[in-house]
Parts: sequence; structure tokens; C-alpha cells
Amino acid sequence: MYNFDYEQPSTIADAVAALGAEDAQALGGGQTLIPTMKQRLASPSKLVSLAAIPEMKGVCAEDGAVSIGGGTTHATVAAEAGAHYPALADLASHIGDPAVRNRGTCGGSLANNDPSACYPAAALGSGATIVTNAREIAADDYFQGMFTTALDEGEIVTSVRFPIPEAANYQKFVQPASRFALVGVYVAKYADGVRVAVTGASEDGVFRWSEAEEALNKNFSGDALMDLSINPANMIGDLHGSKEYRAHLVGVMTKRAVAACG
Amino acid sequence: MTQVTMTVNGRTASGEVEGRTLLSSFLRDHLSLTGTHVGCDTAQCGACMVHVNGEAVKSCNMLAMEANGAEVATIEGQAAPDGTLNTIQQAFQDHHGLQCGFCTPGMVMSAAALLKDNPKPTEAEVRAHLEGNICRCTGYHNIVKAIMAASGQDVGAIAAE
Ligand SMILES: Cc1cc2nc3c(=O)[nH]c(=O)nc-3n(C[C@H](O)[C@H](O)[C@H](O)COP(=O)(O)OP(=O)(O)OC[C@H]3O[C@@H](n4cnc5c(N)ncnc54)[C@H](O)[C@@H]3O)c2cc1C
Ligand code: FES
Ligand code: FES
Repeated sequence: MYNFDYEQPSTIADAVAALGAEDAQALGGGQTLIPTMKQRLASPSKLVSLAAIPEMKGVCAEDGAVSIGGGTTHATVAAEAGAHYPALADLASHIGDPAVRNRGTCGGSLANNDPSACYPAAALGSGATIVTNAREIAADDYFQGMFTTALDEGEIVTSVRFPIPEAANYQKFVQPASRFALVGVYVAKYADGVRVAVTGASEDGVFRWSEAEEALNKNFSGDALMDLSINPANMIGDLHGSKEYRAHLVGVMTKRAVAACG
Repeated sequence: MTQVTMTVNGRTASGEVEGRTLLSSFLRDHLSLTGTHVGCDTAQCGACMVHVNGEAVKSCNMLAMEANGAEVATIEGQAAPDGTLNTIQQAFQDHHGLQCGFCTPGMVMSAAALLKDNPKPTEAEVRAHLEGNICRCTGYHNIVKAIMAASGQDVGAIAAE
């Protein structure tokens, strides 16, 4: 890892100012960024830790939504979001392993937008709003392809607002070596419609499976999905699973998620 | 270089570090606490697990600067000063929960974190908790058994030694 300066501001405003320096980068829980820097795939001149900013931490329910601070760890979401949004807490409780969950943050995961990460599926599947130091971004506009988001340079995810659905479930087919999702499907049923978000599968990162949403809007049951299939052309194919295998898994995991919604 | 100060196993420890100095390097190279093992250095194996403010973390995936001011617990602080093993360590010995021992410091710290939150875990909970701790030797059965025994539960029915 190349060396860098380290800053640990205690307010969002100070963090934004510190990130104004050339090649400065935000540090959330470091669970992705530190390994990336060790491989020299990133070499910021300065890391600005977001870990000591109280206004970016915590879980709170408000007006039919649960708001998660951008600096809130997966472990905290797993422990505290369950009373408001059980499917979200359940998703957080299965990210990586306990030590990763004690450090990794909601904001870091969404800023990173790994094509196999769990949080992007929850955010897109819930139609969440990503709140930054500068603006609010709808999940539908936020995810722009693998490792790519609508965030500008130096923009910080300060919190994420997840509308609470009538029912929701996340099914993760674990890739046991990385502990990420080989394929993960998030299904959420709202009064105004069903949302289905798929992670781990596509070369373009997390996406909404609109055919499944239409079918489930008419009939919220696994039977509604029987005749649907996903085109493997755009799927990720690697030694852990071919494109065709992932395409097949999308259907299977969606049916399981719908069944688990009850 | 920047000065960091933390409490390690109840004692104040400080040193000069670079931004990139990992917590694992600070413990091993600056404080000579080499019980914390570095197996993968890529956040996969859990051999480097320590507690920071009571939570298990992989010290190879955290900067020393991030632990500035924190309470850190390592394997060296687990036994009593006279060398008497703690309950978890003793259970690992009694139930052959280690072979080469490389993963053991991380396993013990991971187990301690589990039992603090969940004093009587089920076998399935122990196995799920050890997701981030890899052992190349034991096949895990005796590690699971040791942790169950350390929690005061009957381990007669758990897989053979
Ligand atoms: C062994 C292992 C297993 C894992 N398994 C899973 C899994 O199953 N599912 C899963 O989803 N993830 C998994 N992860 C990834 C983990 O969830 C990370 O915590 C997460 O992807 C990144 O969050 P972080 O807080 O650690 O961010 P960091 O690593 O600190 O940062 C990641 C990126 O986000 C930027 N950033 C950080 N915080 C913010 C913010 N608030 N605003 C703007 N930008 C920010 C950083 O500049 C950097 O570019 C795993 C990681 C490991 C090491
Ligand atoms: S050495 Fe830290 S996780 Fe393997
Ligand atoms: S005892 Fe050898 S790696 Fe676990």
C-alpha cells in the first residue's frame, strides 16, 4: 500500500472540506478500500475517515421509512433495523462475516456498488433515497453500472432512506469463497407495486427485473414467474458460475424470495 | 509519522505510525505482540482477529490510526497473568480445537466475541459465527466443540474428536 495522510473529521462539513484536497478519498469501514489499496488499485493521497461523525450514524424510523446513517455498520443495522424493516436487518446480518459487519458501512457499500454486493439490492428493491451532503438521489437514478454510481467526486452518502414495504425478502445464494452473493434477489411489495432487484448476476451491476415485477403485480406468487426467464447474454460468467447458471439462479432466488414474503 | 495511543490488553501503548500502518503491524511490529497472526492479509482468514472497543475486527483490514484512542484486546491478554488459560483457551486444549495453531488466536478472539453476545449459542450459531475464521487443519468440528464446551453446554452429541 502506498502511504497517505489520514484525517478523521467529526462533522460532515469538515469531511467535505477535507475531501476537497486532490486525490483525497473517503474511508468508511475500509473493508473494501483497504484491500483495494493493498493491491495498489487505489492510491489516494489522503484518506478522510467518516467513522467519527456522529450525524452519519444510527438507525431511525420516520414516516413509513427507516433511515440508516451512511456511517452505520452492518452489525448495527442487523441489530437495530429489525423492529422497523426485518428484511433489511436480515440482509445486513448476512453480509460477509461478523468482523466485516463490525466495520463495513451502509454508505461504503452503496458508494462502492460492487456488482455482487447486498446493499445495492436492498436500496434498489426498496426504491430507497440516497441522501448525500449535497442532494437526494433516487435509487433508480443512483446505480449506473458496476462500481459506478451517480455520486460526484468527494460527495458523501450521509444517510439512506428505505420506505418500509408490506412484505419483503432477500435471498442470497452465497459464493462461499468471497461470501458475497453469487446471485441475490430482493423482492419488496409496496401498496403501489412490487419491486424486484437482482445483484451478483449482471455485467451492468444491480438491476430491476421488470418482467417479474409486472407478473408479480398481477399475481404475487411464485406461479406468476413460471414462464419467465432472463437472457444470459448480459450475465456475469466466471469460474464460480456460468452466465446460464446465474440466469437460472435469478429465477430460482426470485421465487424463493416471493415464497418467503408469505 | 503520527503518534497513536491506545489501550492494549489494559495497558497504554503508543507509537509513531504512518497512515498506511495496519493495526496488525502496529501490534506485531511496534508492540511485539506476535500472538495476532497474519495469515492472508486480505481480510479473508480471520487469523488476525482482535477486539476493538469490544468488537471483533480483522486487524489486517484496519489502520492503526483508526484504532487511535481505542480499547484493543489481543490473544496475549486472554490468559491470566500467571499463565492460567481462560475458559475458551482451556476448552480448545481439552477438546483438541487446534492442530498447527495458526488460526487459533483468531478463533479464540472470535469465540470470545460470540459468547459475550450469546452465552449459550447453538452449534449452528457457532458455525455461522466462524464464517470469517478459516482453519486449514482441524476441519472445524473440534473448534465448534470447544466453543460449545466453553459455553458450559454438553458436547457429548457433537461430532467425533
Ligand atoms: C471477507 C469480506 C466479505 C464480504 N462480504 C460481503 C457480502 O456478502 N455482501 C456485501 O454486500 N458486501 C460484502 N463485503 C463488503 C463489505 O460490505 C464492505 O464493508 C462494503 O462493501 C464497503 O463498505 P466500507 O464501509 O467498508 O467502505 P470502504 O471500504 O471504506 O469504502 C469503499 C468505497 O466507498 C467509498 N465510501 C465509503 N464510505 C462512503 C460514504 N459514506 N460516502 C461516499 N463514499 C464512501 C470509499 O471512498 C471507497 O471508494 C465483504 C467484504 C469482505 C472483506
Ligand atoms: S490476516 Fe487478517 S483476515 Fe487473514
Ligand atoms: S489449527 Fe492449523 S490452521 Fe487451524
